[in-house]
Amino acid sequence: MSMLKNLRNPGLWLWMAIVLAVGLWPVITQRASTREEIFTVLLSVVLASSLNILLGYTGYVSFGHIVFFGLGGYVGLFLITAYGWSLWPAMLAGGISSAFLALLLGQAILRLRGAYFALATIGINEAMRAFINNFEPFGGPTGISLNFSVYNDYGGAANALWMLYGVMLALALLNILLSYVVKSSKFGLGLLAIREDEDAAEVMGVVTPRAKTWAYVLSAFLPGVVGVLFFFKNGNIEPPQAFRLHMSIEMLVMVMLGGYGTILGPVLGAAGYQRLRGLLLTSDLFKNIQLTVAGVLLLVIILFIPAGFVGWLRNRFPKLRRFLP
Amino acid sequence: MDILAFLVDGLLIGFVYGIAAMGLTLIWGVMNVINLSHGAIIALGMFGIYLLFSLFGVNPYIGVVLVALAGLITGMLIYAIAIHRVIDAPHLSTLLATFAVNMIIIGLGTSAFSTSPRNVDVALGSIEMGPVAFPATRAVAAVASVLVTGALYYFLYRTTLGKYIRAVTDNRAAAELMGIPSARILALSFGLGTMLAAIAGGLIATFFPFTILSGATYELKSFVICVLGGVGNPVGALVGGLILGSLEGVIPAFMPTSWVPVLEFILFVVILLVRPTGLLGRKK
Amino acid sequence: MILQVNNVSKRFGGLQALSGVSFELPEGQIMGLIGPNGAGKTTTFNVINGVYPPDTGTVVFKGSDITGAKTYEIARQGLARTHQIVKPLNELTVRENVIVGACFGRQNLPLGQATDVANEVMEFVGLGKRADQLAGSLNVGQKKRLEMARALAARPYLLLLDEVLAGLNPSEITRMTEIVHKIREQGISIIMIEHVMQAVMSVSDFVLVLDFGKPIAYGTPTEVANDPKVIEAYLGDPKLAEQLSSHDPVS
Repeated sequence: MSMLKNLRNPGLWLWMAIVLAVGLWPVITQRASTREEIFTVLLSVVLASSLNILLGYTGYVSFGHIVFFGLGGYVGLFLITAYGWSLWPAMLAGGISSAFLALLLGQAILRLRGAYFALATIGINEAMRAFINNFEPFGGPTGISLNFSVYNDYGGAANALWMLYGVMLALALLNILLSYVVKSSKFGLGLLAIREDEDAAEVMGVVTPRAKTWAYVLSAFLPGVVGVLFFFKNGNIEPPQAFRLHMSIEMLVMVMLGGYGTILGPVLGAAGYQRLRGLLLTSDLFKNIQLTVAGVLLLVIILFIPAGFVGWLRNRFPKLRRFLP
Repeated sequence: MDILAFLVDGLLIGFVYGIAAMGLTLIWGVMNVINLSHGAIIALGMFGIYLLFSLFGVNPYIGVVLVALAGLITGMLIYAIAIHRVIDAPHLSTLLATFAVNMIIIGLGTSAFSTSPRNVDVALGSIEMGPVAFPATRAVAAVASVLVTGALYYFLYRTTLGKYIRAVTDNRAAAELMGIPSARILALSFGLGTMLAAIAGGLIATFFPFTILSGATYELKSFVICVLGGVGNPVGALVGGLILGSLEGVIPAFMPTSWVPVLEFILFVVILLVRPTGLLGRKK
Repeated sequence: MILQVNNVSKRFGGLQALSGVSFELPEGQIMGLIGPNGAGKTTTFNVINGVYPPDTGTVVFKGSDITGAKTYEIARQGLARTHQIVKPLNELTVRENVIVGACFGRQNLPLGQATDVANEVMEFVGLGKRADQLAGSLNVGQKKRLEMARALAARPYLLLLDEVLAGLNPSEITRMTEIVHKIREQGISIIMIEHVMQAVMSVSDFVLVLDFGKPIAYGTPTEVANDPKVIEAYLGDPKLAEQLSSHDPVS
């Protein structure tokens, strides 16, 4: 069960290859519209997989996880505009800021259990949004806008879009790998023990405060990184876009849809959710009530398939587990 | 003298906040479910008054009574369809189930009413008390809130059904052993919670403009108030509402209004951390 | 002395759960902890392994004061326990449950070695065939053995067993008693809470009797069984009193 032996899981590489193949599809066809669709899916994969480390592995429900995406985006765009940083160090700084916020918050709010923790995360997201709204260095309510010329360093706007897409694909693959490595590690086993019964885990010697805090930090890092990427591509960032509570909950829905606690679940959940949303938005019949249809779907899953799609498959076909990490 | 006017204004709205939070805290206390469709129901309450008023010319205060009834029935239906099946599942299930209900209602509401602002024109003039003047609609809403609180207390403490609800709150398994039909009591409690949300929405609609999305703001305020007043404590919710209302009234006298939510949510998180049983709750 | 409990008291609201409990456990011995329901037996365990700190008194484990330390710190020093109400990690397999014990216990093993330990311990308690089953799907007797396996996988110096025999059928009791004997042969010290008198009397070197949170007797099984205070404490429970007085110690 060493790390290297673990990485020989056929399912992991099969699905990494599938994600890579899907990711390369727009590059081969050179279609910008497909690229934009898949960019959104990959962004969702990163957000959902990151949340899964906290929600699916550790069992802590964060309703305000988007705060890390928004904060990362703000820090990154601030460094780019105010200090002329290039995108790469700004992305790293965004990730580190989010991870650091999680480290600080974790010390305090991870003591809360169950719904109290979930509520605290909502409170923090809302407090952060309201604060940034008043924070002049980050532009207050108008936010931060990039000058179009920043894209010149990356071969112009058109080229920059392709490059950003490639980076997003790489980050999504990295995140899948990270999810896997965490889950099959001793640290990950400690998290699963906390999810199943925190008191029992403590009695067995799992240092729960430390494990939970690191899970929170890990789940905050990549959302911070892709926050910079997303808002750099977007060209501007404003408080309502950056800390949209609704997006937090979409992340939860994706994880639940695909199957919490599995590696593949958030990936398929993100793809399925975005695909469905796209279909509903373009259909005349459902365009106006796409939110309702999504709500009904979510309700059906919660009530009847609580393990999610991948969880259901794993329970139904135990022999396929190797291929459904 | 400004500050006194702000304070009175805030207090009066605080009563209505209290009613909204009471709905949330009742459900939370009885069945340990955080109802994320609370805001959507508040919005439905607002639109209920609006439709009755604009289509049939029903007086908004009579409208509130009808909306309350509709809220009760809607809540019992929501419980039966979306919650009963997962009532004993981990809290994530009920959080997401109620959020799914929220999505369904908001989706339907948005397609029916769009997100443009509406208002219900109630002209009752204003009341002057010494140096302070305030709109009469707010005073009526405050009085209505007190009446609703009184009625709720009477129901919970003086009627058999109310006793059943308190028994189920205390210990559901034991209540079942005593022959109390817990499923129906839970449905009723959920209905009462949504009824309070609908009433709050209806009252708010008499003095503030609103959209189908407005409920979300009041839902968040309700969370803050619930935690202030202590989960499951209806009078705590009313007191919490008054505290929040007066803070909202008074803070703008000292700093820009946009800082109000920052302070509100920081207060919320701090109370969760240091005193999760609420300011009025028992110390652990 | 592997464990010294000195004058420990604990109050919950209006209930004095423990008052002035003191005892010492020499290394490699088994102590039975008995008493009527609500006597404070499980509370004693909870205070020893850090679930809650005592109001007064100290707990010294292997010469170091662990009073008020966190449960996980105490676990890592080599003190493991089972729960009266079993706490399986339901969605993990039996093997994974036991690996958790081995990974985070006294030896703090890496996953690979922890797996070897887990396999060995599962065989020892007779769960080898269930290794890949989800823990939630086990029956009560198997869950009790799983609790035992997780605790043992930590390779503890001291094991606290909280009613591992309760709810088991006679053949399962025999089997579990054998396991306890074997654990003792490995040199692990044990404190066991038990209602099945026959078993506790035959296994223990010493017995401590609690009643209403107070220690009322301490001694060898024979001494305790003939102590009038103990018989009186059990008078409310005639069946147990009878078991106690008819007991013929074998140790």
